[in-house]
Amino acid sequence: MIRFKPNTALILSAVLLIIVLSIFAVSRPFALNLLIIMAIYAVLSLGLNLISGYTGMLSLCHAAFFAIGAYTTAIAVSKFSMNYWLALALSGLLAAICGILIGIPTLRLKGDYLAIATLGFGEIVKNVILNADDLTRGPMGIHGIPSVNILGLTLSSNFKITSLIITLVFLGGSYLFVRRIIRSRFGRALEAIREDDIAAQSMGINVTKYKVASFAIGAFLAGLAGNLYAVYLQSITPENFNFLTSVMILCMVVLGGMGNNLAVVLGSVIILLSQEMPRLLNLQFMTPEVRQIIFGLILVCMMIFRPQGILKRKKPNFEHLIKKPGKSSKGSL
Amino acid sequence: MFNIPPSLLVQHLINGITLGGIYALIALGYTMVYGILKFINFAHGEILMVGTYMGLFVYNALGASGIPAFIMSLAVAMCCSAALGIIIEKLAYKPLRGAPRLAPLLSAIGVSIILTNLAAIIFGTKSKRYAYPFDNTPIQLGEVSITPHQIMIIAVCLFFMVLLKLFIDRSKLGKAMRATSQNQQVAQLMGININFIISLTFAIGSSLAAVAGVLVALDYKAYPTMGMMAGLKAFIAAVVGGIGNVTGAILGGFLLGILETFGVAIFGIPQGLKDTIAFSFLIVILLVRPVGLLGKQIREKV
Repeated sequence: MIRFKPNTALILSAVLLIIVLSIFAVSRPFALNLLIIMAIYAVLSLGLNLISGYTGMLSLCHAAFFAIGAYTTAIAVSKFSMNYWLALALSGLLAAICGILIGIPTLRLKGDYLAIATLGFGEIVKNVILNADDLTRGPMGIHGIPSVNILGLTLSSNFKITSLIITLVFLGGSYLFVRRIIRSRFGRALEAIREDDIAAQSMGINVTKYKVASFAIGAFLAGLAGNLYAVYLQSITPENFNFLTSVMILCMVVLGGMGNNLAVVLGSVIILLSQEMPRLLNLQFMTPEVRQIIFGLILVCMMIFRPQGILKRKKPNFEHLIKKPGKSSKGSL
Repeated sequence: MFNIPPSLLVQHLINGITLGGIYALIALGYTMVYGILKFINFAHGEILMVGTYMGLFVYNALGASGIPAFIMSLAVAMCCSAALGIIIEKLAYKPLRGAPRLAPLLSAIGVSIILTNLAAIIFGTKSKRYAYPFDNTPIQLGEVSITPHQIMIIAVCLFFMVLLKLFIDRSKLGKAMRATSQNQQVAQLMGININFIISLTFAIGSSLAAVAGVLVALDYKAYPTMGMMAGLKAFIAAVVGGIGNVTGAILGGFLLGILETFGVAIFGIPQGLKDTIAFSFLIVILLVRPVGLLGKQIREKV
């Protein structure tokens, strides 16, 4: 059944498109840079959506996986001059392995406890990065990460258009990847766990295994996003990956709408617009503190007025599978 | 590594208990709120920070010396924090009662971000000094030295802990509080005004945090992000002791303080990785005993 009506998603996308196009009119490099960062954050929120939106696990350490990916790439490419593709794979895999390692012990926890345990993990990763001076150069960060050439397109902050193409292709790939997962048996198991893990278990779903797998896939995507981020910006510092980054990614997911992939991409666009627009308009009073206050206000107001997000979760529709009871079968129950 | 003289051990134990007392005071606020509303008040650390600044202003206005001025500033800090706690609860948490777990948690994170940055704008990011109200030369007891500040921290912490424990266990309001934490609806049917009890809980928890903030600021100064790490550590202490359990929070606070001090001083963990001790401890405790040391095991029924 194909329905088409001007729903919230379409209206919102149109409005955002107009805003982005008008930014283009004002400053082209700024708009391109913003779009690239948006695409990278959209990949992050797709990963977190799988963890929080579909599996229902509240994770506050997504920035840690992002950091692991970014630092792996930065170290592998600039220190050991590793092949880019190998570094990309390594970033994703290392983040996924960390996801599994932290997931196995903590995913037995639920709700707030899980949130705090993941927050703790995020802080541990940040502290390790800050203190492993020989590898990560501590608080100074890694600079001068070489740009790469992917199939004739350069990923680097000096080549904005080609970088945008690469990140958009990447975002599209992640979107299809997550959508494929959700529509599979695996994805249905994840949603069953979110709705009621005990019921899911009694249906024969290995809850721990699926939770860890979902966590690992989300972490994997974050690791890949970290790779793009490091190579595009060519410099990273631990400050890029603090607790606030994790909260921001979670906010993108929740603002857009948990369990709706299109919505979380919209959420990333909106949050980044709210954070970056003042810089473009050159508003002097919009210091970083003021922008963070606005971010905090968005969080509080959103929770009070529309906790389900802009777009609602897509409910699976099985109506076409159920035979409508005919008039003759009335009173059968 | 374990060849340390007993006097040094006692010295670290004193330092650990002092730190632990601070954690315990902050943890009490977390655990009380969690006991009643079942959510983590992420802005607790920021309430502490605001209270500390308010106390600091009063203290400096009164000449920044002498015990009476200090007690005055402590009282102001407690009142400001209590008021702030009540206001935040009414504005940001009350509309979310009954919402899914995620909503109040994110709202609390939002409040904490707002408060930190407001403080950075209003008070500036530079840390501000709290002068000692008394002569802080360490007292030597044999090979162990203890500062008057440490004695004060331990004394004040114990005083407030005993007071709180008596209040909760003996007074009528304390009884109402316990009833509310067990079952809000039934408590309401018994004629308890749960909105008042919730406000009271926030007020008490927040004012205890302000006490901890003022005591800490004597050593470590006051700065806008001071609440973040202190709040997280205290939350860990509350979880370790069994969240929702007042005695557990005190126990967890002291344990965590001693563990951190020993970790750095005796087990040789680098100062930069000090914060990882607490988080690793949390993960270990959650694995071994998810309900915390004194928490009640609740079996989930289908």
